Amino acid sequence: MMMTENPERGDGVRPVLSVRDLTVQVATTEGGKTVLDSLSFDLRLGETLALAGESGSGKSMTALAIMGLLPKPMARITAGAIRLGDRDLTELTETDYREIRAKRIAMIFQEPMTSLNPLMTVERQLCEVLLAHEICSRRDAPKRALQLLKDVRLTEPERRLKQFPHELSGGMRQRVMIAIALACDPEILIADEPTTALDVTVQAEILDLIRQLQHVHGTAVLMITHDMGVVAEMADRVILLREGRQEEAAPVRKLFAEPRTAYAAALLAAVPRLGEAPERPAKPQAQKLVEVDDLTVRFDVTGGLLNRTVARLHAVEGVSFHIRAGETLALVGESGSGKSTIGKALLGLVPWDGSIRIDGQQTQGRSRSAMRPVLRKIQMVFQDPGASLDARMTVGDQVVEPLKVHGLAKGSELTDRAEWLFRRVGLSADMLKRYPHEFSGGQRQRVCIARALSLSPQVIVADESVSALDVSVQAQVLDLLQELQDEDALSYLFISHDMAVVERVADRVMVMRLGQVMEEGRRDDVLHDPRHPYTQRLLSAVPVPDPTRVRQTVDVAIGKEPNSPIYPVGEHPDRFALEELKAGHRVALPD
Amino acid sequence: MLSELLRRPRAAFGLVIIVAMVLCAIFAPWIMPQDPFEQSFDGLDLMGGPLPPGGEYLLGTDLLGRDLASRLILGTRTSLTIGVLANGVAVMLGAAVGITAGYFGGWTAAILMRFTDLMMAFPALLLAIVLAAIFQPSLLIVALVIAMVNWVQMSRVIYTETRSLVERDFIQVQRSIGSNPIRILIKHLLPHLLSSIIVFGTLGISTTVLLEATLSFLGVGVQPPMPSWGNIIFENQTYFSTAPWLVFFPGLLIVLLALAFNLVGDALRDILDPTLKGRHG
Repeated sequence: MMMTENPERGDGVRPVLSVRDLTVQVATTEGGKTVLDSLSFDLRLGETLALAGESGSGKSMTALAIMGLLPKPMARITAGAIRLGDRDLTELTETDYREIRAKRIAMIFQEPMTSLNPLMTVERQLCEVLLAHEICSRRDAPKRALQLLKDVRLTEPERRLKQFPHELSGGMRQRVMIAIALACDPEILIADEPTTALDVTVQAEILDLIRQLQHVHGTAVLMITHDMGVVAEMADRVILLREGRQEEAAPVRKLFAEPRTAYAAALLAAVPRLGEAPERPAKPQAQKLVEVDDLTVRFDVTGGLLNRTVARLHAVEGVSFHIRAGETLALVGESGSGKSTIGKALLGLVPWDGSIRIDGQQTQGRSRSAMRPVLRKIQMVFQDPGASLDARMTVGDQVVEPLKVHGLAKGSELTDRAEWLFRRVGLSADMLKRYPHEFSGGQRQRVCIARALSLSPQVIVADESVSALDVSVQAQVLDLLQELQDEDALSYLFISHDMAVVERVADRVMVMRLGQVMEEGRRDDVLHDPRHPYTQRLLSAVPVPDPTRVRQTVDVAIGKEPNSPIYPVGEHPDRFALEELKAGHRVALPD
Repeated sequence: MLSELLRRPRAAFGLVIIVAMVLCAIFAPWIMPQDPFEQSFDGLDLMGGPLPPGGEYLLGTDLLGRDLASRLILGTRTSLTIGVLANGVAVMLGAAVGITAGYFGGWTAAILMRFTDLMMAFPALLLAIVLAAIFQPSLLIVALVIAMVNWVQMSRVIYTETRSLVERDFIQVQRSIGSNPIRILIKHLLPHLLSSIIVFGTLGISTTVLLEATLSFLGVGVQPPMPSWGNIIFENQTYFSTAPWLVFFPGLLIVLLALAFNLVGDALRDILDPTLKGRHG
């Protein structure tokens, strides 16, 4: 520790970093655009300050400005000061900054894979940092690196040292990133959405780790996040940003208990909270629209000299379920659980085995052209509305494209239809001639929903359809989906990793892990009375947007990562048998 | 589209050059100051060397006393045809192969791309000589031969780009609404590939014109005494130190042609991209 440089460490009041009137402008074709407007705050020793806000609020810009990593010459600091001790960081040269980064301020990023060098072992990357900042001698570096991995509680640290980033899971990679960030024992740790790309159980572990390390080292943490759940779990104080301006700054409990600004109140109200969703009205037992029996999807993993199949990825293994007319079935699970693959299989986008019947029609073995009549009954809305629209076509053309493809309308009928669809999803018809980039994220998702509706399907597969949206927009899109269901008795297969969102929309919930069903049943049974340990773990890991709740330490085995669904050719995963606890509530039996 | 091009100064400049060259090619017989084939004694100096620019011969004369200006004007026909036709065929063929292999993948890609690799590994010049020797040399054949050699790079580039586009969600969406492959290729993949196609297509112009010159030099290209910019350079390259204008002027024309297509191509690419609408660059 750097006691000599920082005699007052642990004091808890003196600011280590103070930002005054920080203003950042980005160059656009129309001239300078202010993305951060006179932001001021102090970061005190040992505290966690959360910078929260929706996309475009300038929270990441703040982090980059402090680190001196603003993309030059596009963005620049036009006014203000960033004081670290007695130095103003805005006046530093690039060479001076190297002394600051890692040594005094370290940063961890959202995507641990892209922040690690894929061609270097963990040991080399750790040693590189240690040696570059002369933390220890070349001889001691490996020992020190091992200690750092132990500090971040990686399992089998000796083995991890020799591994490359691609051999580690997402959570392990983020642990390595944290180890690198802490290698020089910095005074300040900036964490930019550190858990956004991770599964919720892993997120809980990483947040817990950051908390504990902060406790031991007394590091000040600047936490940047869009997730009010994470804010509530981590922060001492919060600064809420909106369009580059500070909207509200308050201690975390105060902000959640009595927000002063209307924006903060609205934002907090829009955050879905697990356990607070309204009752779902009971629905009559309608006919089964989707019947899936023993669905299995396997992907070949090829490799070696002759590109032979060396292993198989068992993405979905013997899954059976049904969806009734007008009902929402939510598929939840972590990454690699096979939930998206099931959605794709329903539309024939991946090769599969088993039986899928849509409105009574068997789709097994159909060619792509034979699938076309089925596709009129089932459509899909993808996760990222930006990526699922063609940037080079007007939205009006895209919305009615399915009608053209199926030869259901032409000429002026298409325009009428497009206008009708646009109004239906709450967009104005004079936007039809625009291109996707002229819309906001939420509007784009509405366009995608309009396109999926154009064929008047009975079932819509919504694959993480609101995950990429800000919470306030998310709530609006969820309301739209609900409205459409109420009007037309649409059925949804709602695929999501977000338990709070699932609770809002689902009639029934199916929990998946590594391609198999762990638990399935009515929403209240699964979410409020979970029987399978995995469901219980999943639910307890969800960050709760309530700072008064006692922060629990994670009791799951630290660093325990899920098994891989990849098996050698000829080997199969053991299938779990499902036991019916009561009508419609099935749970996988432990093996 | 034309008015949008003309609003951009650089593109308008390129367009003017292209139009001027096309007019030159069409009206060559009427605007040539001299007979481009006449080997005149007046066109040589006392030592029997070519005349420098100025005087009766505007751009000087070549080794045989022929008027360089007239030969360049007539050569526009050959070079423009080769540049546009050969390059056009190469671009279309290359793009078609690349996009097909990229979209369908699997065996289609394996066969098409291994064939492309084979063509790449084969010495281009040797292939051109063989092809030119089989067919009687004529302008059309020379253009096609050059196209056969030049499509390979294009198909490689387009293949790689298509592979990554196919993984994107908006193509997945097309599959999920049941679009047939032809529709996906033309309406959704092609517009995204246009910028690469245009960049590669315009870059190809100058190499194509020079490849024609190489073929002419080896006797399998355009047959003398028919002039082309390329073969004027090659015929006279040994006199580069004493009569530099013989290389300088045709070289300048080739550069101008390539530049003009480049400027227009760049502007086209921007105009076709709706995300850049309203911006000028």
